[in-house]
Amino acid sequence: MMVNESAIRYKQSRLMIQLLLASEALFFAALIIAFVYFRNLSMDWSESSKHLQVERTGFFSIFLFASSGTIALWSNALRKGKDKLALIYLAITIVFGAVFLFGQATEYLNLFSEEVTIDKDIFGSAFFTLTGFHAFHVFVGLIILIVTWMLCRIFGYGVGNEQIPPGMLVAEWYWHFVDVVWIFVFFFVYLKPLI
Amino acid sequence: MEGYKRNMIPEPETPLPSIKTGYGLLQWLSSTDHKQLGIMYLWMALFFFLVGGAEAMLMRAQLALPELNLLGPEVYNQLFTMHGTTMVFLVLMPTLIGLGTYFLPLMIGANEMAFPRLNAMSLWITLLGGLLLNFSYLAGGAPDAGWFSYAPLSEKNYSFTPGLDYYSIGLIVTGIGSIGAALNFIVTTITMRVKGMKMNKLPLFVWMVFFNSFLILGAFPLLNAGLFMLLLDRQLQAHFFLPATGGSAVLWQHVFWAFGHPEVYILALPAFGIISEVIPVFSRKKIYGYVTLAASTVFIALLSFGVWAHHMFAVGLGNPVNTFFSAASMLIGIPTGIKVINWTATMWGGRIFFSTSMLFAVAFLIDFTLGGLSGIAFAIAPIDWHITDTYFVVAHIHYVFLGGTLFASFAGIYYWFPKISGKMLSEKLGQWHFWLFLIGFNMTFLIQHLLGLLGMPRRVYTYPDLPYYGSMNFIATMGAVLMMIAMLIFIFNIFHSLRKGMKASSNPWYAWTIEWFASSPPSLKNFDELDEVKTSRPLIDWEKTNQRNDGE
Ligand code: HEM
Ligand SMILES: [Cu+2]
Repeated sequence: MMVNESAIRYKQSRLMIQLLLASEALFFAALIIAFVYFRNLSMDWSESSKHLQVERTGFFSIFLFASSGTIALWSNALRKGKDKLALIYLAITIVFGAVFLFGQATEYLNLFSEEVTIDKDIFGSAFFTLTGFHAFHVFVGLIILIVTWMLCRIFGYGVGNEQIPPGMLVAEWYWHFVDVVWIFVFFFVYLKPLI
Repeated sequence: MEGYKRNMIPEPETPLPSIKTGYGLLQWLSSTDHKQLGIMYLWMALFFFLVGGAEAMLMRAQLALPELNLLGPEVYNQLFTMHGTTMVFLVLMPTLIGLGTYFLPLMIGANEMAFPRLNAMSLWITLLGGLLLNFSYLAGGAPDAGWFSYAPLSEKNYSFTPGLDYYSIGLIVTGIGSIGAALNFIVTTITMRVKGMKMNKLPLFVWMVFFNSFLILGAFPLLNAGLFMLLLDRQLQAHFFLPATGGSAVLWQHVFWAFGHPEVYILALPAFGIISEVIPVFSRKKIYGYVTLAASTVFIALLSFGVWAHHMFAVGLGNPVNTFFSAASMLIGIPTGIKVINWTATMWGGRIFFSTSMLFAVAFLIDFTLGGLSGIAFAIAPIDWHITDTYFVVAHIHYVFLGGTLFASFAGIYYWFPKISGKMLSEKLGQWHFWLFLIGFNMTFLIQHLLGLLGMPRRVYTYPDLPYYGSMNFIATMGAVLMMIAMLIFIFNIFHSLRKGMKASSNPWYAWTIEWFASSPPSLKNFDELDEVKTSRPLIDWEKTNQRNDGE
């Protein structure tokens, strides 16, 4: 009975996070569509977009993409019961995420120094809204991961279970999600104009 | 510590704790029980119905005679905006979600929703959004750009009170509540059905709430994205919907209606579900065409995302676009028509019992169909150009929302009230409620089709004394008065029956879905044990096997 119940719990949590993320994906889709719409149709898609630093952001993006790998290693290690290793992978993931956010911050500061802001023109509005919401999601993800790390480290949360607890599963799915969203954002904001 | 915490608010011992005693109120406020939450959704909807209704009555008073000047244009703008927004987001949504929260688990033989705390959060955050929205009245002025807040009217330079900021934030917050509820419905339906209840044996109400939840998950993020952009425009001087500085007002319309049209189906599908429960029970027949009813729901859900631009024919999107959306919109008439045929065929040859619930269901059939027909008229672009933004639109929305969803909700409430409260609603008062409301409704809104065809624009606070304008508007206002009286009767009926009503048995209507197997009201834990479900009418099966057992 108990086993059965926790299996259902697991299934429910997975389903819930999948649906939530699918819903969230549409939120980003709307913002991306707005961005592309303005780039193609707005007469004022100004000089501002020239200040984007593709290479630097590309470099920092690698950290986010890599963090998706490390978090997979984390849950894998957990499943195999290698708890020490798991903690290390999780820490690496957190650091990678933070490095990415740092990269975003430098990108923003650079744009600000060129006087590109959300209220300057339509590029500024679309760019900061889209990337800002993404960064916010990464930030929330970081908090989740840090809390998870502390729970594991201090209280042994999820240690010694055959199945990782639903909360951890949700955290992992969420983190992959912010990563996938960034693939699209990076493509449409940074790469597409080059093609 | 542990024990102290647990005793802070003791777990309720009765399903409906009295709010007069000790911890009662706190037990409600802190509840995660789907039944209590469902009940609170319904109270909340009733409360906002009174708010939205008062706004409507003020509007109708202002419009009763030509060239009246009771309210003035600024106030009138706020009233119609708040009325529409309130009715859609704070009345109809919570009513349908509330009925779903209460009955979906019961009908699939579950004892709870999958995520009880998420369930509680959904309720309270929906309420919070509603309060935020209405707080705008005190904070300098309510939103005044209509319930769909077209840019650039909704932008800072045209609407400079904080009303639209409250609108954006309030709707984002309630929207998150709806998304939470939708997640819960889907996961509960998939993982918590009683043994034997395959998806093709789901009660149709559950089926529709289930599919509807996907619509919610698809539509609300779009609205939220639009609302955030609007808020950024207003608060941080972004340029999204400001054409003068590179933005696009048309984009707002696209985003809003990409949400808005699915939303009208979000308000229709659960209503279809209620009708599909009520009609068979009161016709003493199995539903006609279960499979087509279920399948056409899926069809509607998918199509509803592909028709939004029928709200935008007047923008000038060009012929190819108009034609596409025109055709797609008419297509959606087909599955809806199929449903109407199904319900009619279910009644055909049945032994119909006209309880108040059934009366509302039949009225739904007729009035919703009328609303559907005027909708199909709108789907034809050249007709739309003639009557858009006239009173014909007002007539149309009210036939689908009021004659449709609201009537279905009444049918559901009269049907399920005995289960929820353990008391029967007075049928006599119910009949008064029904007839007065039906007559008042048609008086108010049928005539508005004509007003619209004569060219009276909507959203004007007054009108000149043109031929027929005065008399027709007067009739409409009188109809509104009838509806108000009907509502007072309804509310009296609720309170009266709660106190003095006849005790309800567990299955007063001899229905056959599982919620009627529980006691009335259901005990804290809905069911102790349930047999396997074999058909879509489990109570009938179980009764048969019981009789057989008794016979032995
Ligand atoms: C569940 C019930 C109802 C719903 C869902 C509903 C919905 C709406 C909506 C969406 C609008 C459009 C607002 C706009 O133009 O932006 C509207 C307008 C209006 N409604 Fe209702 N309504 C309901 C009940 C009523 C009732 C009972 C009355 C009359 C007693 C009423 C009278 C009006 C009036 C006068 C307008 C304004 C029309 C205009 O100025 O354009 N409504 N309603
Ligand atoms: Cu529509």
